[in-house]
This record gives sequence, C-alpha cells and structure tokens, in this order.
Amino acid sequence: MTLLRWLLPWDFSVTVLSCCLAFVLLYARGVYRSRHSGAAVPARWRQAVFYIGMLLIYIPLQTRYDYYAQHMFWMHRLQHFLLHDFASLLVALAFPWPMLGTGLPRAWHAALRRLWQSAPLRAIYAIVTQPLIAFTLFVGLIYLWLWPSVHFRAMLSLREYKCMNWSVAVDGLLFWSLILDPRSKAQGAAMYLGPRILLALLTMVPETIIGAYLSLHQGVVYTVYDVCGRLWPVDAVTDQQLGGLIVWIPASMMCSFAALIVLRRWMYHDELVRRAGRPLAAAGATPTGPFAAVARPAAPLPATVAAVTRTSMDLSVLAGEP
Amino acid sequence: MKAPVRWLALLLAGAVVAAVGCSSHAPAGSYHAADISSIMPALSFHLIGPGGQPITQQFVRGKTTILYFGYTHCPDECPTTLARLTAALHMLGPAADEVHVLFVSVDPQRDSPAVLAQYAHYFAPQVEGASGTDAELTALTKRYRVAYRRDPPDAHGAYAVYHSSAVFVFDAEGRARLLVPDTETPTQLAQDLSTLSAG
Repeated sequence: MTLLRWLLPWDFSVTVLSCCLAFVLLYARGVYRSRHSGAAVPARWRQAVFYIGMLLIYIPLQTRYDYYAQHMFWMHRLQHFLLHDFASLLVALAFPWPMLGTGLPRAWHAALRRLWQSAPLRAIYAIVTQPLIAFTLFVGLIYLWLWPSVHFRAMLSLREYKCMNWSVAVDGLLFWSLILDPRSKAQGAAMYLGPRILLALLTMVPETIIGAYLSLHQGVVYTVYDVCGRLWPVDAVTDQQLGGLIVWIPASMMCSFAALIVLRRWMYHDELVRRAGRPLAAAGATPTGPFAAVARPAAPLPATVAAVTRTSMDLSVLAGEP
Repeated sequence: MKAPVRWLALLLAGAVVAAVGCSSHAPAGSYHAADISSIMPALSFHLIGPGGQPITQQFVRGKTTILYFGYTHCPDECPTTLARLTAALHMLGPAADEVHVLFVSVDPQRDSPAVLAQYAHYFAPQVEGASGTDAELTALTKRYRVAYRRDPPDAHGAYAVYHSSAVFVFDAEGRARLLVPDTETPTQLAQDLSTLSAG
C-alpha cells in the first residue's frame, strides 16, 4: 500500500503516460521487427540506456516524487537535472529514433518520413539544430524557469508547471540528440564532431555561473517554497544552496561527459581511417589527426578508406555503434 | 550555414533574452500581494464546517474570502497570521462584513469543530474554522499547490504539523485573486481588500 502510494502519480497526466508508453512500446517493437527481418539491432547497452533513460523521465513526472519536487527547491532542481540533463542524455545516447520509426506500422512510418521530409519541418529542424539556437534554447530554458518571477508563477500554476517540465524534457532530448548523433555530418547529422564538443563545453559556462550563484548566495531568491510550505523544516537558504549545487556540479558534469563521448567517437573514427591503410604520405594534401574529418569533410579519400568509413558509419546508424 | 538561418538564430536568441529581461519589469498591478487571477483555479472544496456540518464553496460565496491553512496548536505562525488578518479587518471598518476568513485546520484529530469555533472567534467574528478528512484536505491543498504534513506522534502523543504560510484571497464570485506574502502589513492587506472589492 505504501509502495503503491509512492508509485502512483501525484498529478496524473494522460499525455506523459501515453508518450512514455508509446516510446517504450515502439522501440521494443522496432527492435523485435529488426531482429526478425535480419536487420541490424542496436547494441544491448544502447537498448539498456534507452529504457533506463525513459524510466528516469517517467519517475520524476508521474510518481509521488513530483509532490516533493513541488515543495522543495533542491528536489525540483533534481527533477530538472533528470529531465533536462541526465535522462534525456541517456535517451539521446541510445539514439532511438530509427528504431522508433521501425516500430511504427509501415504506412505510418512512410507517412512520417514524408512529413519529416516536408519543407516546413526541415526548416524548423534546421533552425532548432542551429548551434547558436540550440545553445540559447538549452541554457535559456534553465535561466527562464529559474527567473524569480517566472519561477514563482510556474510553481503556482499547474498549467505553467506542466509547460515547464515538458519544455525542459523535450529540449533536453533535442539538445543531446544534436550533440550525440551517431551519424556523421555527411550522413545527415546537423553538426560536425568538433563543434559539438565545443558546444557541449560552452554550455557548462552559464550552467556553472547560475549554479555557483545559487550555491553561494545568502538571500532567499525563491520565496514560493516558503509560501507554499516545505515538506520538512529545511532552512530556505540551505534548500536553495543544495539546488544550486545540483545545477553547478552534476548538470554541468553531463556537458563534459557528453563532450568526452563525442571526443572518443572522433578519435575512434580517426583510428579507423588510419587502420584502413591510408597512406601517411598523403597527409600533406589532406590533413589527418582529429581535425581531418572536420576540417575537410569533402576531401577525396582513397576508395578503401571511404568504404570502411561508410560501412562503419552506416552500421553505426542502424546498430547504434559509434 | 546559410545566412538566413544565422539571422534567425540571432533574432531568436535576442527574443529569448528580451523575454527574460521583460518578465521582471512587467507591471505588478495595483496590489501589494501577488496577483494570481490567471494562474490559480476558482475556490472549490468539501470540508467539515462549524457545527460539524459538511460545507462546500457555497458556504463563503458572495463575500471576499481569505483562505488560510494552519492548526490551533500552532505556537507562532497561525496566531500571528490570524492576528494580522484581524488587524486588516478592523481597518476595513464596516466593509469587513463583506469578508470571510476561512481557517482550514490540517490537524483534524485535535481540532474538532467546537475547538475550531472557539479558536476562530477569538480573533474576529468573520473568521470561520473548518477541517476535513485527510482526503478532503489533500484535495484542497493540492488544488492550491500547498504542502501540509503531520509527523507520527511521540510517546506523549505530541506531534509536529507542517503547513504553508500562504494566504489566498478569492473574490465574491469565488475566483482566485491574490496570494498574500507573510511580509505584507495589515495596512497593505486592508488596501488590497478595498481595491479588490472596489474593482
């Protein structure tokens, strides 16, 4: 009974439940269909990371945790850390989008693909994946919802509260999918690997600033928790400092974590090119090293190298391997 | 990157910065308290009122209603807040007859209707005590997004109760209007109540 009390949603949302269920079921169906049709299946760790990520999106939204997040600032920050930084990063790392498509009924998948290719959607996608916009959205949402007057309203209005949680979760998925896209730019990713690392590291700066401010500030910035009542007697400044620390350390740590993942992929890719027997003498003409793939993406590669690169990257899209 | 996309990017970035900047400079309205007209739902509840009778929002309909959560054993916050509300009512003069204060106890085990009535009328005739089952109290506190909690009793049967400090003001039609911070003085509250009944 007590367990049920913890697991049942505080504010039941049909939308959250159906979105999470649809994602999980479509993904499972996509993997099942791929396996039975002999197509490549995502690596086990990627599947695991997807399910863990989805669970960590569902739990803070649709269990009693949400009640705590509404009444303690640091628990609210932990909720946003999961939605915006951690769980959405895990889901993006799994890169479930192709499998979700495969999981759809064929006619729907074809219709979705046509819709996806349509000019308006391509334009929207081009805008939101533009690095400066992606950066502004990601950081801007943190600052917007932490702006004292905006935060005050969001914690009082159920509608704005839902809007806040949805916006950070969706933007988290969008941002980390942009950074951790397993495809190369030539295969349809929006950014080269180098700029992705820069973007992830750059995001740390404003996160660190606001996190440090809240951790070190001695006055109460968010009075709404005093008004609506904390769940146990924690000093308002302590609550705020704990919340600030969550933004400062784990949230910005996720940025460096993502940057490391991309860096590893970059070096791995470079290693593949080397192992394929690319003549080092040609290095003068087309640069090698980490910058090769980025600086000269269109540089003509020897046929074998191109083949290896293409095969490995094609598989990476299907099977999800870097 | 195409030039139009870059311009759009700059434009959007500028818009976000402007939106964040403007939100703090928006006019606060003519109230000292926070205006919650557009963000909180209209008054609605099922509680146990004076005399142990079940009451709903109809009980306070037609008058400006001040809603406050607490408990009669509260050592400091509840009496202080109720004293502030009472002081504001005194300043209103005859207009105070058009105001109801609904003091909702989140401690129904100790606060029977009789105890509540005695406690409430100690402050002002406009103050009415009410309480309810835990399900009723949860429904009401959840509706107004405030917290309350009772610790399990110790060996002497004593227990701590945690509740919000929120003072909500609803107009005569039951619409949510103001959230009064505990820093607001009785004079400011009286002004807010006059403004509310005038407009």
